[in-house]
Amino acid sequence: MLPEVLLATVPLEHVLILGAILFAIGLYLALSKRNAIGVLMGIELMLNAVNVTLLAFSRYVVSPRPLDGQVFAIFVITVAAGEAAVALALAVAIYRHRETVNIDEIDVLRW
Amino acid sequence: MLASLDRFGPELAVMATAGLVLLADLVVPRRHKAWLAGLSVAGLLAAALWLVILVLRGRQASFFDDSMALDNFSIFFIFLFIAVCGTVIIASLDYAPRFGSHQGEFFALMLLATSGMMLLAGARDLVTIFVSLELTSISQFILAGLLRDDKGSEAALKYLLLGAIASAVILYGMAFLFGIAGTTRLVTTNGAPSIASTIAAGDAGIRSALILSMVFLAAGFGFKMAVVPFQMWTPDVYQGAPTPVAAFLSVGSKAAAFAVVLRIFYEGFGPNTFVGNDWKEMFAILAAVSMCVGNVMALRQTNIRRMLGYSSVAQAGNFLVGLAAISALTNGRTSLGASGVVFFLATYAFTNLGAFIAVMAISNRTDSDEIADYAGMGRRAPIPAAVLLFCLLSLTGLPPTAGFIAKVYIFNAAVQADLVWLVIVAVLNTAVSAFYYLGVARQMYLETAEGLPTLVRAPWATQGILVVAAMGVLTFGVYPIPLIEAAQRAVNVFG
Repeated sequence: MLPEVLLATVPLEHVLILGAILFAIGLYLALSKRNAIGVLMGIELMLNAVNVTLLAFSRYVVSPRPLDGQVFAIFVITVAAGEAAVALALAVAIYRHRETVNIDEIDVLRW
Repeated sequence: MLASLDRFGPELAVMATAGLVLLADLVVPRRHKAWLAGLSVAGLLAAALWLVILVLRGRQASFFDDSMALDNFSIFFIFLFIAVCGTVIIASLDYAPRFGSHQGEFFALMLLATSGMMLLAGARDLVTIFVSLELTSISQFILAGLLRDDKGSEAALKYLLLGAIASAVILYGMAFLFGIAGTTRLVTTNGAPSIASTIAAGDAGIRSALILSMVFLAAGFGFKMAVVPFQMWTPDVYQGAPTPVAAFLSVGSKAAAFAVVLRIFYEGFGPNTFVGNDWKEMFAILAAVSMCVGNVMALRQTNIRRMLGYSSVAQAGNFLVGLAAISALTNGRTSLGASGVVFFLATYAFTNLGAFIAVMAISNRTDSDEIADYAGMGRRAPIPAAVLLFCLLSLTGLPPTAGFIAKVYIFNAAVQADLVWLVIVAVLNTAVSAFYYLGVARQMYLETAEGLPTLVRAPWATQGILVVAAMGVLTFGVYPIPLIEAAQRAVNVFG
């Protein structure tokens, strides 16, 4: 629980804007990075932007079930870890064939 | 909680079978890996039997505190997913030796992906939807790269990276939906506030946030449904992934995505609420764009799996016509558009599986997916070629196939919903699609087969599955009433 003085000075909108900015940075990274690992980092940033948004809502929303947001965030963290593990395994598999994880060089399948 | 555990039985049975397959894989000798396929199919049959018993005992209800539902809609889709997974497993007996020592993982991951889809069909809570979606997706990412060859790994990595971006986009939409409603439940049965009740109340202040979340959800699920402009992965994965996996993805993954979109948009957002028209228009535009781009891109493909990939993008456009036309009613209650989507998905499952398995039976022997190498296939491999021809006719939408009935049904719904422009676009696209579908048929039957060897016959199991798929396409093309009624009962739970 935050101290009252902090609660009074950080309105919901500010946290949502932080989430939106994080999400945009993550999306930009995911779409522009050449390195597959860089893309993955962008995706992680997007997922954490979602977590910030969920937690902000669950702190401020007036509802009988505000904890749903926190539970949701825990599931997001867990699943993101699983996804990252599979992505890294695939990156290793690709590296064995091509000695690169640069997305613009992974182009056997086109159009 | 425990009182409802039996309603969760089919999913549990499939998951337990996946674990058993992994354990059995340790002791089954390498040349008898086909036993694992038998075990998987037995598990699927047990799940189906369990579901039949649940239906006979009338156990339909919302359960686990409204986070899951066992209703006619989820029952329809669970049967569909069990059938799809079983079919692909039996048909892949011919192909599975290519996985080498990873055959056990192949069957186990197929079962896990299927259990995720079964959960998706009944999920009624955003967290449940997300977790089951990821269970399906992550299993499929691994399946796509299971051969660990050059093309397969590339396809899997592209699928995973784009899929993870799509998941993040869906989650962002869901986060806003939670912020609006203060709960993650789509619908509640005990009168507690839910997303559906919040939207139905129609407070103008939440409109912009709702539209934001709607767009994010449509974009993320658009990826899973393979709808333009989120279709980039489709042809790559269909070409690069192992053929049985591509067959499974093209049918199961798409059907699951449409099932969950129907749940969220039809049951959650609702067709007659103050945002109803917004999402219907959004899907109408996505439908038109998908059909046009999918068909035009398919025209220039020389690889049959890539062609089927773009054709599945175009077909996703056809399904979306049904979502756009959701407010057309029949009998004053049943949504023609929604039941059209469900009926179309079921017939498409038969048709596309038939086509993919025929391609698998042929390519596994010629080692080529190029359409040019299908010359004279009508003589060289009579049964797969005949089934492929029949399925392509159904994908085009020509009588007497199930694809024809499904298209007529869904276009009728669109006309009744005053979407005549969309029907015109769709009919023109059907004409375009005939070029590339029938181009394969021309290659198989009109090109000379002289000097080319007759192919080794596919195993009986594969041939049997092919004939069953073709019979299904024909039967529901001639006598579609039972399936249409089942589809209408399925969507009546939302009406």
